[in-house]
Amino acid sequence: MSRPTPSPSTGEGRGGGGARSLRSGRSSMNTFLHQVLSGLATGGIYASIALALVMIHQATHLVNFAQGEMAMFSTYLAWAMIDAGMPYWGAFFLTIVLSFAGGIVIERVIIRPMEDAPILASVIVFIGLLVIFNSVAGWIFTYTIKSFPSPFPAEPLWGNSYISTHELGAIAITLIVLVLLFAFFRYTTLGLAMRAAAENKTSSRLVGIRVGWMLALGWGLAAAIGAVAGMMVAPIVFLDPNMMSGILLYGFAAALLGGIDNPLGAVLGGFIVGVLENVVGAYVIGTELKLTVALVVIVGVLVVKPSGLFGRTLVSRV
Amino acid sequence: MTIGSQAETALAAGGDRAAPRFWQLAGLAALAIAACAVPFLLSNYHIFQVTLALAYAIALLGLNMLTGYNGQISLGHGAFYALGAYVTAILMAKFGVAYWLTIPVAGAVCLVVGFLFGLPALRLEGLYLALATFALAVATPQILKYKLIEDWTGGVQGIVITKPDPPFALPINEDQWLYFFTLAIAVAMFVFAWNLLRGRIGRAIVAIRDHPTAAETMGINTALYKSLTFGVSALFTGVAGALGAIAIQFVAPDSFNVFLSISFLVGIVIGGLASISGALYGALFIQFVPNIADQISKAAPWAIYGVFLIAFMYMMPTGVSGAVRAVWLWARRRAG
Repeated sequence: MSRPTPSPSTGEGRGGGGARSLRSGRSSMNTFLHQVLSGLATGGIYASIALALVMIHQATHLVNFAQGEMAMFSTYLAWAMIDAGMPYWGAFFLTIVLSFAGGIVIERVIIRPMEDAPILASVIVFIGLLVIFNSVAGWIFTYTIKSFPSPFPAEPLWGNSYISTHELGAIAITLIVLVLLFAFFRYTTLGLAMRAAAENKTSSRLVGIRVGWMLALGWGLAAAIGAVAGMMVAPIVFLDPNMMSGILLYGFAAALLGGIDNPLGAVLGGFIVGVLENVVGAYVIGTELKLTVALVVIVGVLVVKPSGLFGRTLVSRV
Repeated sequence: MTIGSQAETALAAGGDRAAPRFWQLAGLAALAIAACAVPFLLSNYHIFQVTLALAYAIALLGLNMLTGYNGQISLGHGAFYALGAYVTAILMAKFGVAYWLTIPVAGAVCLVVGFLFGLPALRLEGLYLALATFALAVATPQILKYKLIEDWTGGVQGIVITKPDPPFALPINEDQWLYFFTLAIAVAMFVFAWNLLRGRIGRAIVAIRDHPTAAETMGINTALYKSLTFGVSALFTGVAGALGAIAIQFVAPDSFNVFLSISFLVGIVIGGLASISGALYGALFIQFVPNIADQISKAAPWAIYGVFLIAFMYMMPTGVSGAVRAVWLWARRRAG
């Protein structure tokens, strides 16, 4: 029986342009720019996942280990719709809506009963969800690698040689998602209510906010953001049930690097991790140990700044 | 964060009541008889599986010491398991050292490495520590495959080792001998852990988990204890890895992936945090439940495994040992 190895080592050398362009004999400055830009593109995807993790962490102080697999499953849904003849953008938005609903259902049905359980018991439930999604995706859609279409044209924009249109589009979409989220949390009553529920449950209840539903909404939003990230990364890494394991790890690292209580920090962390991964992979060590080195650097930063680059330092009362 | 507060009852219980003491001893005696009977009742393959479960139990005991008792989450204990396994494999295959001599060496190497890893880990807590140890787990297969140390580790191919023969011309086969060998070491390690955790050191370890500042005020050297706990925890896991390598007769980088580390965490939570018997339940779970899941559904066995995980956590949020304790207390109350 083959284990559903969430081994991020399979993600090696896939993300970004990586070492490929080193061989093409362009000037070193061009190569460096290319590395940085494609790092930004994958970084945007890490940023989205990091943001989804931060969103659930803000409200529950838990890290959803199943976030990556949920995104992977959403991407498969989009693939199935496109395969059945749906236009790309139709499938794109329908997938987001379905993922949002799915996230809410998961919170209501599976996470809710674990509300008062010990922290690690909840973590195990997340791991359970992870293997379920992974296994069911493999069962329904098989483990063969599928290619996923990109909505953007194949030739680079304005004939530039630094960045493909898909990478540029992925960055743009990440930024759009960010702006929308920011506007939602900053300017709508519902967004305010969600922030309040995450900040202080008791007080929120007293002013009439339905805290339980705010949590469910947070899960829905996180699932929807994950779905966007999945659909953006799938054309780069190809679609298979294990595609998100490495990305989840980088997203987790990004969230912690930026500070897990700071959404903006998490996004910046995502971009930093993306660029770091690409540049370190291309210049310092080669793709073989890329993941390891990126993680060692991140852990090194955390040892110096334990609550992340942009996180609040918690002072606890004794 | 309080990880295993249910442990207090375990530590507080014991001692002055004679009747429960009798039942405890009777239970242990029954367990000992059952453990000795196992190799004569099962097929060789099943003996091998139980041997492996015993090795896992030692690893879980080590991780439980760190996560359950000391409150430091580790998602990277697969790395120490791998280290123990490779030390044994390299000593046996490249240097011809006897298998039983390699086990203390594996434990000592892991003690030192674990202690050293525990030093930077002092700066990290909760999720951040989880990430650091997770990075260790992710890095393990890549490091083991690294070209510069290929002469030692055998690279992707790994190392094959031979199964030891039973000594003194004992009338048992190799699998039975290996089972008894592992059992003996497991018993020794469990007694060691039990003694360590119920005394002064154990109370210090738990105090650091529950209230680090108070613990420090009481004169406990928090930094030293935390790093030492990391080291001892790695020692247990390394010994388990060594025993596992001898039982499987093979080590290769990809058998020590992230999934192994996650399995260990699953094992201690399912078994019961901050509980010595929990290590046994957890080991049985991670060794046998995947097989059961495989028999239920060939198509999506891990989906079944996931359902088992969630169901276990619903029914017993404090793990099997927590549930056993609850039933035991309930029965005592009923009996008066």
